[in-house]
Amino acid sequence: MVDFGGWDMPVQYPAGTIEEHLRTRTHAGLFDVSHMGEIDVRGSDAIPFVNRLTSNDVTKLVDGQAQYSALTTTSGTVIDDLLVHRLSGDHLLLVVNAGTTDKDWEWIKSHHNGESVELRNASAEYCQLALQGPDAETILQPLTELPLSEIKYYHFHHGTVDGVSGIVSRTGYTGEDGFEVYAPADRAEQLWNKMLDAGNMGAPTGVLPCGLAARNTLRLEAGMALYGHEIDENTTLLEANLGWICKLDKGDFVGREALAQQKAAGIKRRLVGFEVTERGIARDDQDVLVNDEKVGKVTSGSPAPFLKKNIGMAYVPVEHASVGQEIKIDVRGKLVGAQIVKTPFYKRNK
Amino acid sequence: MANVPEDLHYSKDHEWVRVDGDEAIIGITDYAQNSLGDVVYVELPKAADEFSASESFGSVESVKAVSEIFTPVSGVVSRINESLADEPEKVNSDPYGEGWMVRLRMSNAGEVDSLLTAAEYEDFTKAESE
Repeated sequence: MVDFGGWDMPVQYPAGTIEEHLRTRTHAGLFDVSHMGEIDVRGSDAIPFVNRLTSNDVTKLVDGQAQYSALTTTSGTVIDDLLVHRLSGDHLLLVVNAGTTDKDWEWIKSHHNGESVELRNASAEYCQLALQGPDAETILQPLTELPLSEIKYYHFHHGTVDGVSGIVSRTGYTGEDGFEVYAPADRAEQLWNKMLDAGNMGAPTGVLPCGLAARNTLRLEAGMALYGHEIDENTTLLEANLGWICKLDKGDFVGREALAQQKAAGIKRRLVGFEVTERGIARDDQDVLVNDEKVGKVTSGSPAPFLKKNIGMAYVPVEHASVGQEIKIDVRGKLVGAQIVKTPFYKRNK
Repeated sequence: MANVPEDLHYSKDHEWVRVDGDEAIIGITDYAQNSLGDVVYVELPKAADEFSASESFGSVESVKAVSEIFTPVSGVVSRINESLADEPEKVNSDPYGEGWMVRLRMSNAGEVDSLLTAAEYEDFTKAESE
């Protein structure tokens, strides 16, 4: 167990990270992500209020739809990345990172400026279980009356799972199809056990409980940013390749001006994916070199269990950010060759 | 419960030593491989490299982390387990057998006596995991 944003979290279960990772890609993995924070925003100004604090366009959401977005600073850097769920026209649920929940909550409260909204940090009220992988729908369907095949990607329904009332969302952080179930915190154990049973845990093709390490390798293969690694208060959304969640034309929001200026001027560095081409494993925070000159840092580096390669992401100056660019990673004093490649590293067949 | 064979010597850095004449065979313990998780990469020294006791002679990497490996005794490398380059998972599946790492020609065989016995190592790991 490790401390993760104040939560005791398992790094891996007995099957081990590689097996957990592979099972999620080929069948299903179950992740207890109850550490994630939930902030409830209710009131007639819920949409304009959240739209002013986040970079994506909340007005584009319909009831039952979720959106990947970011809370931004006035400089366009990232307070946190989050999911915005529209429960109704006057009710949004923000799902934020565990380690940043308190910071986000203070930030959001401090930006409340007369809008008609009621804010609640509901993090302790929810558990969140993520059932991910190609078999997720088959496993979850017998436990719920909801027609899961009708829930589209980044949409959610209210309903019950094993008789427990909650939200079932077709979202995830693994690059696979799957669902995230939000339910009352005291039902976490019941739902966890039920989903493992329904997924035939123990069978060679059954669901496996997965820890933080597999969650990290899965999201990295899928090219997804992790707060504190690829994005933080020193990186802008544009540098992090998250221009697609920067809706500069939606109207004013915190950080819009800085992002618009940076877009016009052009970014100086960019987040890229790389594959190690020599023997060695790149790790977080190692230096990136081009022509013997230190040009950037690895934000996440790890073996990729499904791709069977050693991969990573790094910030490099835009002039060295093209696919095919040869770079070196300083792996504890040894320079190891790598090449910039397209991200995501892994994309599932739909 | 981790496997701790009686006939080996142990270091507090979780290496084991098997004495074979004037040579020492070195690897990491069952307890160590279990805490590391799936081993995906082992970096070893070259034959003829010389090390003093407690010096780092390589590293073992799991998906999540890198750990240095230290030689519990001084000596010159006579052989390394080259098969770990392609099958690092042997460190997990057979840490005291096929997962061995290095053979050293010991320069001071007396150093072995200062290492932990199986019983001492078992107590040490118990205390460490509490």
